Amino acid sequence: MIVYDKPHALLDVPLHYCPGCTHGIVHKLVAEVIDELGIEGKTIGIAPVGCSVMAYDYFACDMIEAAHGRAPAVATGVKRADPSKIVFTYQGDGDLASIGMAETVHAAARNENITVIFINNAIYGMTGGQMAPTSLVGQVTQTSPYGRDPKLCGYPIKVCELLSELEGAEYLERVTVNSIPHIRAAKKAIKKAFMNQIEGKGFSLIEVVSSCPTNWGMTPQNALKWIEEKMLPQYPLGVYKDRSNGEVKK
Amino acid sequence: MSTKQFLFSGFGGQGILFAGKFIAYKGLIEDKQVSWLPSYGPEMRGGTASCSVIVSDEPVGSPIVTYPDVLVAMNLPSLDRFEGKVAPGGMIFLDSSLIEREVVRKDVKVFRIPATRLAGENGFPTLANMIIVGKILKELGEYNDEGLKAALAKVISAKHADMMEVNRKAIDLGASL
Amino acid sequence: MADKVLMKGNEAIAEAAIKAGCRHYFGYPITPQTEVAAYMAKRMPKIGGTFLQAESEIAAINMVYGVASAGLRVMTSSSSPGISLKGEGISYLAGADLPALVVNVQRGGPGLGGIQPSQSDYFQSTRGGGHGDYHMIVLAPSSVQEMAELTVKAFELADKYRMTSMVLADGTMGQMMEPVDLNFDVAPAPEKPWATTGTEMKRKHNIVNSLSLVPEELEKLNIARFERYELVKKNETMYEEYMMDDADIAIAAFGIAARVSKNAVNEARKRGIKAGLIRPITLWPFPDAPFKKAATHVKQIISVELNMGQMIEDVRLASECKVPVTLCNRVGGMIPSPEQVLDAIVKASK
Repeated sequence: MIVYDKPHALLDVPLHYCPGCTHGIVHKLVAEVIDELGIEGKTIGIAPVGCSVMAYDYFACDMIEAAHGRAPAVATGVKRADPSKIVFTYQGDGDLASIGMAETVHAAARNENITVIFINNAIYGMTGGQMAPTSLVGQVTQTSPYGRDPKLCGYPIKVCELLSELEGAEYLERVTVNSIPHIRAAKKAIKKAFMNQIEGKGFSLIEVVSSCPTNWGMTPQNALKWIEEKMLPQYPLGVYKDRSNGEVKK
Repeated sequence: MSTKQFLFSGFGGQGILFAGKFIAYKGLIEDKQVSWLPSYGPEMRGGTASCSVIVSDEPVGSPIVTYPDVLVAMNLPSLDRFEGKVAPGGMIFLDSSLIEREVVRKDVKVFRIPATRLAGENGFPTLANMIIVGKILKELGEYNDEGLKAALAKVISAKHADMMEVNRKAIDLGASL
Repeated sequence: MADKVLMKGNEAIAEAAIKAGCRHYFGYPITPQTEVAAYMAKRMPKIGGTFLQAESEIAAINMVYGVASAGLRVMTSSSSPGISLKGEGISYLAGADLPALVVNVQRGGPGLGGIQPSQSDYFQSTRGGGHGDYHMIVLAPSSVQEMAELTVKAFELADKYRMTSMVLADGTMGQMMEPVDLNFDVAPAPEKPWATTGTEMKRKHNIVNSLSLVPEELEKLNIARFERYELVKKNETMYEEYMMDDADIAIAAFGIAARVSKNAVNEARKRGIKAGLIRPITLWPFPDAPFKKAATHVKQIISVELNMGQMIEDVRLASECKVPVTLCNRVGGMIPSPEQVLDAIVKASK
C-alpha cells in the first residue's frame, strides 16, 4: 500500500537546491495544491531569476522562465491571453522586492487574477549571498560585510505590509516552513491563493519566510531556528489582507 | 503634373489641423494623392500650430511643406514666420481680424479675410478657419457642392452631425467674399 | 477612393495589427507614438481584446512575452527612449524564440533627446538592441499605407520564423495622415505547438525559456537560430528601386528620408542628372543585392539619413566599397530638405 507519493505536478527529477534549503518544501506544497485542485493541465507557472530559476524543469505544468523581476508582468500577459488558465509566479526576494518591485506593486494594484509565491530568505542565494531588500538590520552578507547598516542602505522591506495598503490586492498572507505545523499552515495558505484565482477573486500573494543555510552560513537546523528567532520578529506571520472577508491586518 | 502645397498656421485652438484635414479629405474624395502632416508636441498646447497638406495628381514625395503654394496665416507670428517661404506666385490667406500689418511680398496674391470677426457676427465664433477654407476653395476653383458635402461627412463624425450645417455655412460665407 | 480613409500612421499601425488578429496590446505613453496606445485603448475593449497601460516599458514588453508564450499575436509600441528600456525584454524574446511585434516611432536622441523625427535607432534596431547574439526583422515603412501593410507583414514573419519583428518608423510617419486602404489579406497565424497553454494532461510540459547553462548547448541554440536567420535573409529581404536602371548617382534612404529623396531624384532628372533611389524596406535583413548591382554603374552612392550616419555602414558593406559612399544628413529631429539632397546629387555628378 502506497501511503505517500510525490505529487504528480512535481516531476521526478533531482532538484539542484542545497541541503536544508526550504525551496524543496515550498515546491512540494505548490505541487500538492495543484494536484488536489486538479488544475495541472491548465496551469502555467512562471519561474524567476534567482535560486529557483530552474523551477521550470521541476513542475510538470507548462512553464515560462521570465527575466529578473518581471514574472508578474509575464503572468499578466499569460493570464490575459486566456483568463481560464491558472497562472502562478514563484519568486525570490531579490526578484520580487528589489528589481521587480514595480511589477509586483502594479500587478497587485490591478488585482491581476494570479497567484504569487514569494520566497523571502533575506538573501540573494544564486549569486552567492548578497544583501537582499529583505535582509535584516545588522545581517552580514557578502555585500554588507559589516552588517546591514540602515544609515547606508535602509531598512528591510515588508512586502505583505506594503501591499496591504493597496485596494487592489485580494489576499496577502505571510507563512513559514520551519516546522511541521508551519508547513501545514503554509499549504493551507497556498491552496487559498490558488482557490482565489479559480474563483476569480484576484491577486493573491503568499510570502514564505524561508531559510538559506548555505549563504547564512548555518547548519539547516540552526537556519530553521534563526527563522524563528530573527526573521519572524521582523516578519510576523499572518493574513495581511483578505479583501473578500474585509480583513486588513494593521 | 499638378501639385498644391498648403501650409496652415495659427494658434492652437483655431482649428488649424481641422482645416488642413478638410482640404486633404476633399482632395482624397476627388481622387487626388494627399498627405497631412501636423506639427506635434508641446508647441501644440496653446502655442503655434501648423500643418502641411499636399494635394497632387502624382504620388506625394516628402510630406513636409517648406515652400507653400498656399499659406493660411491665422495669427501674426505665423505670417511673420512663413511669409518669406511662400512660393513665388503663391497665395496668402490671412485673418485680417487678427493681423493688422500688410504683407510685404509683392510676388504673391494676398487675401485679407476678417474671418474671426465674421465668424463671431454670424454666430459660429469657432469657425473662422472654415470661412478661410471657403475662400481658398473659391479662389482655387475647387468650390463644388458634392465634394464639400462628402468631405464634411468625412471630417465630422456622426456624433457631431449637428456641426455639419454650421460648418457648411461658414464655408459658404467664405466663398461669397 | 471608396475604400480609402485618411489615417495617421500610428493609427494605421494599430488598425492593421487588429486586422492581423492581434488582440493584446501593452504600452506606455511616449511622444510621438501615443496614438497607437490611444487607438488600441478605444478599439480593443470593443472587439474582446486587451489593452493595458503597463506600469513601465519594461513591464509592457514582459506582458508581451507572456502573451507570446501563450501563442497569440501580441504587440507593444514605443519611441526611442522607451525602446531602450524594452531592450532587455526583446533580448529575452529572441532567446526564447518568441514571435512578437515591437513598433518604434523614433525620436531624436541620445538620452531624453527630443520628440521630433529621427532615424538614429538604426544601429540599435538592426543589430538587435539588447544583449546577446540576435536579430529582429526590421521593417521600415515610408508611407501610411506601408505602416499598415508592414505591420501585418511583421506579424506574419514573426510567426513564420519565431522572431521579434520591429516596425521602425519615425515621428513623421507616425503623425502624418495619408489615404489608407485596409482591405488586404492576412495569413492566419500558424499552429504553435510549443506554446505554454497548459498541458491538458495530454503532453509533456512545454517550457518557454532563454536560459541554457551548458555552453555546448547554448552554442548549438545560437547556431540554429542563425541558420534560421539565413533563411530570413534569403526569403524575406525587401527593397524598392526607383529610376536605378540607368542611374549615375544612387541615393540610399529609408522611411521619411526616402520620400524626401524621391523629390530630389525627380528634380535631378529634370536637370538631366541621372539619379536613382534604392530604398531598403527590410533594414534587417539588409538588401545587399541592389547596392552590389548599383556599384557596377554608379559614380557615387549618397546615404540620406536622419542620424549621424548609421545605415551608411551597411551601404558600404553591401557595395563592397567599390564606389564612394557619402552621407547627406540632418539630426536631432531635423529632416533633410529635398534641396539639400539635390545639392548633394549635383555635387556628386560633377
